[in-house]
Amino acid sequence: MTSPAITSPRPDFLRPGVLLPWLAGVGLLAYVFIAGGYLVTVLSFAAIYAVFVTGLNFFMGYTGQVSFGQNAFAAIGGYTSAILTTKGWPVFAAMPVGIVAAALLALAIGYPTLRLRGHYLAMATLALGLIVQEIAVQWDSVTQGYTGISGIPGLGAFGWELPNDRAQLAALLVALGLCIWISSRLKHSRLGHALAAIAGSEDAARALGIDVARYKLLAFVIAAVYAAFSGSLFVHFVGFVSPEVFGLHMVVLGFTMLYVGGIGTVFGPLIGAFIISLLPETFRGFKDYQDLAYGAALIALLIYAPKGLASLARFLPGRKPGEGA
Amino acid sequence: MPNATPLLAVEGLSARYGKVEALHPTDLSVARGELVAVLGPNGAGKSTLLRAIMGLTPGAGTVRFDGALLPRDDARSVAARGVILVPEGRGIFGPMTVRDNLDLGAYMLGRQHGEIAARMERVFTLFPRLKNRQSQIAGSMSGGEQQMLAIGRALMAGPKLLLLDEPSLGLAPRLAAEILETLGGLNRAGLGILLVEQRAPLALKLATRAYLLAVGRVVAEVTPDQIASPHDLARYYFAAA
Repeated sequence: MTSPAITSPRPDFLRPGVLLPWLAGVGLLAYVFIAGGYLVTVLSFAAIYAVFVTGLNFFMGYTGQVSFGQNAFAAIGGYTSAILTTKGWPVFAAMPVGIVAAALLALAIGYPTLRLRGHYLAMATLALGLIVQEIAVQWDSVTQGYTGISGIPGLGAFGWELPNDRAQLAALLVALGLCIWISSRLKHSRLGHALAAIAGSEDAARALGIDVARYKLLAFVIAAVYAAFSGSLFVHFVGFVSPEVFGLHMVVLGFTMLYVGGIGTVFGPLIGAFIISLLPETFRGFKDYQDLAYGAALIALLIYAPKGLASLARFLPGRKPGEGA
Repeated sequence: MPNATPLLAVEGLSARYGKVEALHPTDLSVARGELVAVLGPNGAGKSTLLRAIMGLTPGAGTVRFDGALLPRDDARSVAARGVILVPEGRGIFGPMTVRDNLDLGAYMLGRQHGEIAARMERVFTLFPRLKNRQSQIAGSMSGGEQQMLAIGRALMAGPKLLLLDEPSLGLAPRLAAEILETLGGLNRAGLGILLVEQRAPLALKLATRAYLLAVGRVVAEVTPDQIASPHDLARYYFAAA
């Protein structure tokens, strides 16, 4: 009748199970900043993807919904930044325009489609991603079709650009830290608890007076804002954008990162994005079969570690079971 | 407290899943301060009845609470009026802590922290075991504790009428009796309760009246003294079929 006490204290950063992965991460970053070179680029992409996946986690992890169309919002953020900055807009003026545009689209699309559940919602969002990509291809006069837009300025403000890759990586990490901090604060807020209730049972949440439709829409919009922000960061970092950048590949990669890292946890997206970004060096030999390798890794993980790598921390010494990040 | 208006008045309420009408037009009522049981075998439509009252399952008919019509498709505003459901299978949020579950029960209170704390204290007085397990992950508790949490969470919402869907399901007899006894206490303190149960003897001990439900319709309305043995119940069910 009684059961063992499994409690969920706040993470204690002094315990080795928590401390060791962080030390490893900081060590890796220090090495990369000192050594420089190609790894700086790899980690920069990882940071950008971590922003994208943190947003995806909002909608899929915290709220328990499915979206295959987040690449659409990344594309809107990315293309808006690309188009406006190549017309002479400053980076920090163009970026909010793209983010607001993505949020408005998410509102307009989410309002009717979020009444759908499960695979119906998945299909609707998948269509959204395909449509936006098709627009990027066909609207030649603005997006320059498959040719893409080049000459996009790097990250910077007031006519000043970050001088090198390392400075860009530092800026991206600061942006990522901010994104994760917001995600963490929201997860433990009244909003976060309502989202968790919806993920648990929509009917139970509704019967407690929680406005399910409104919160699902809000989570969808927040995820879109994160996606648009990451899309904008991406084009400024690379200096170029074309429709393939925000293709279905981005969705597959995002899902893999989310599940590998740990869906529904605060730091899962970060862990997943960095691990999956460093893996291509391993998967490079597969070339065209990379998506296949990701897919296989995803399936294996869903079977053997459905809560992702973040959940494996509980096997480390000093961490009690049942603890979420 | 003589008041002619019943707390809950259900008229011609039906509910369907797709093309199947799981609940045929049904009438029932709960008076103020009354504990009314709905008894019936598996698949009789008991859960559907509660879901239809909450507006979670679409259907036709009218539901009046305190004399005012309840919307048929908006569980949120039904809950806001004070009709709170403890759903089938408890519906607690497994990955969250006991305290977070209780906090969510008081969701409609917003940020009235004082009132939330006062309600939580009352829940802890009722179920001291929950107090000891505030920071435990809800899904890791035993079935009985989870049921206490489900009821506690509903009480956090400040119900005027509590709808309970088989609170004794899957529990050891002694624990089931303990939980139902707690519900009886809440009722004696004035809370209106509509209790769906398969364990008729337990429910009949507490109820002032009972409706017998079979194959989606009310087949009889009885008082506890009319059901002296399981045979009496069986007679009603089979008479319906």
